[in-house]
Amino acid sequence: MEEKHILSILVDNEPGVLSRIAGLFSGRGFNIESLCVAETTDPGVSRITLVTVGAPPIIEQIEKQLNKLINVIKVHELTGKKFVQRELALIKIIAKPENRAEILRIVDIFRCKVVDIGPEHYTVEVTGDEGKMRAILNIFKPIGIKEIARTGIIALFRDPN
Amino acid sequence: MKLTGAQIMMKVLQEEGVDTIFGYPGGVVIDIFDELEKTDIHHVLVRQEACAVHAADGYARAGGRVGVCLVTSGPGATNTVTGIASAYMDSIPVVIFTGQVPTHLIGNDAFQEVDIVGITRPCTKHNYLVKRTEDLARIIKEAFYLANSGRPGPVLVDIPKDVSVTEIDYKPPKKVKLRSYNPTYKPNARQLQKVVELIREAKKPVIFAGGGVILSKASKELTELARKTQAPLTTSLMGLGAFPATDPLWLGMIGMHGTYRANMSTGECDLLMGIGVRFDDRVTGRISAFATNAKIVHIDIDPTSIRKNIPVTAPVVGDCKITLAKLNKLLDKEDLGDLKKKRKKWFEQIQHWKDTQPLAYEQKDVIKPQYVVEKLYQLTKGKAIITTEVGQNQMWAAQYYQFDRPNHFITSGGLGCMGFGLPAAIGAQLACPDALVVDIAGDGSIQMNIQEMATAVQCGLPVKVVILNNGYLGMVRQWQQLFFDKRYVSTCLDCAPDFVKLAEAYGAVGLRATKPEEVEAVLKKGLASKKPVIMDFVVEKEECVYPMVPAGAAVTEMLLT
Repeated sequence: MEEKHILSILVDNEPGVLSRIAGLFSGRGFNIESLCVAETTDPGVSRITLVTVGAPPIIEQIEKQLNKLINVIKVHELTGKKFVQRELALIKIIAKPENRAEILRIVDIFRCKVVDIGPEHYTVEVTGDEGKMRAILNIFKPIGIKEIARTGIIALFRDPN
Repeated sequence: MKLTGAQIMMKVLQEEGVDTIFGYPGGVVIDIFDELEKTDIHHVLVRQEACAVHAADGYARAGGRVGVCLVTSGPGATNTVTGIASAYMDSIPVVIFTGQVPTHLIGNDAFQEVDIVGITRPCTKHNYLVKRTEDLARIIKEAFYLANSGRPGPVLVDIPKDVSVTEIDYKPPKKVKLRSYNPTYKPNARQLQKVVELIREAKKPVIFAGGGVILSKASKELTELARKTQAPLTTSLMGLGAFPATDPLWLGMIGMHGTYRANMSTGECDLLMGIGVRFDDRVTGRISAFATNAKIVHIDIDPTSIRKNIPVTAPVVGDCKITLAKLNKLLDKEDLGDLKKKRKKWFEQIQHWKDTQPLAYEQKDVIKPQYVVEKLYQLTKGKAIITTEVGQNQMWAAQYYQFDRPNHFITSGGLGCMGFGLPAAIGAQLACPDALVVDIAGDGSIQMNIQEMATAVQCGLPVKVVILNNGYLGMVRQWQQLFFDKRYVSTCLDCAPDFVKLAEAYGAVGLRATKPEEVEAVLKKGLASKKPVIMDFVVEKEECVYPMVPAGAAVTEMLLT
């Protein structure tokens, strides 16, 4: 059965590493739903959080193929384990005078932030997990979303203690 | 010590024990060639860069060492891609050095600039762009280490011109250590115990060995396992020679053009032990119908090979040699009973398959290609190193030459790369100067890299080319005959050169046989020559390779005539 899986991948922070990973996915016909890369506390190491979809044998193959890349230090599959996940989105909403109060109320309820205001728009910063993202997008959609930028998911294991 | 990048490169290559480099010079590698000349490393000038890699591939396989190539940037680098892809598919340890435009020009679309690291990312085990001379020695050491450890493979090192000419204060690099690369050599003990239990229970076992056995030099251990467990044995194309073909347990090759008994036995067996294989589609046929009655053991050093194509009962990640040695030791402690008695029915069944459907052909008025290969086998007493091109010639070589030793059958297995055989033969001859090296070729594929005759003549390498000349691109023609109502589209090679004259034009010896009774004399004369020889055998035009498993069929569903 096809399922969404979150992979947390530690890699050498070197030019070309992202291309190796992206090339592996495209070359072998695997999916990338979202992908997030940044340095860790060790400047020589980056963490890639990658969301992919596939049946269990495919996910097993993805993990093995990733591990086979020389620049990949460690691959963790988070799905099925205890972890926290967050995504950040910037949503530019069409803000007509009659909607402005409504938008601010929603922002308040979802604990988001308005980070930019124009005569005809609000830009709202939202942080949360997938469920919250889906919910807020559904709410804003009828009001009118002009543009959206999302980071994709980042995630970490919960501490075992 | 002050050294330039090129000098550092020579130093490290010598430390790595490199004695031969296959290459082709060009603008950005002149400095490296200039330094190369001052060493005792032998440079072999090929006539096209893909052949540098094929030759290094042949050298690596025949000699059991890393093959090395050196080519220039741009077209020199792109030409290597086919060779690299072939070495990658067959897991052959090759290190490829490409020149690159100076670092300050990279990305500028400079003359003869190409992003070869980008291009070869999916077909190398790993690759490097060296940006500072200070990194060069470490990277070369890493390249050799990666190429020849774990599951071997090609590694490319791209060296910009300024990196090779800059002089630095040279400090020898430390021992190679890569935190993210630790191949698993030793098998998991519990998994191995599971294998022992499966062997104990098995009534109709089959061993299926592949190129991994040859790469890890585990033929002895494999042979011991087969005899100890009285398990009949088949190999993939890449595994030919891993087990003696003259042994009574030998089933012949498996797969699309495997023997009837090998393919049938995979359908009937209750235990299939895959060792150093990857269960590729040419072996398994229709995957859902493959070895359906068997529990499957899969031993391989590359975890990605396991459960990639087929479900496995007992997966074992480990080096073939170490794993089989341990397995043999465990089996020594087991009481397996009277195996000859236990397997009697199984052997009878296999013998029945062999008797009813042996590999066969009928030699009448026109030379049969199989006859040429069989005669070659007899005259060389099975001792020659055989390289092949790709297509019918390759399959007849695999079927009718009996390989008793590893490293004697050199073919482009995974990529199926025409034009491989002649340059690979050149590489093999350099690795084994005293061996008789024969390229079994077709009239189509030999023309892909015929220019390497000049390399053979220049280097005084007595390689022999046996052309099974049927005037067609035979394997595609066979498919057209069987599945496209004999519409021979673009497979007829009407305008072939006179191969005898061509050989002579290169300064080699050219011989021809057009009748069956001439075959032996031509082979004898050609093989006895101290020079490179092309032997042109004009064979039956529309002969097909049988058995054949059609695309999409199960391996047990073979066309036999």
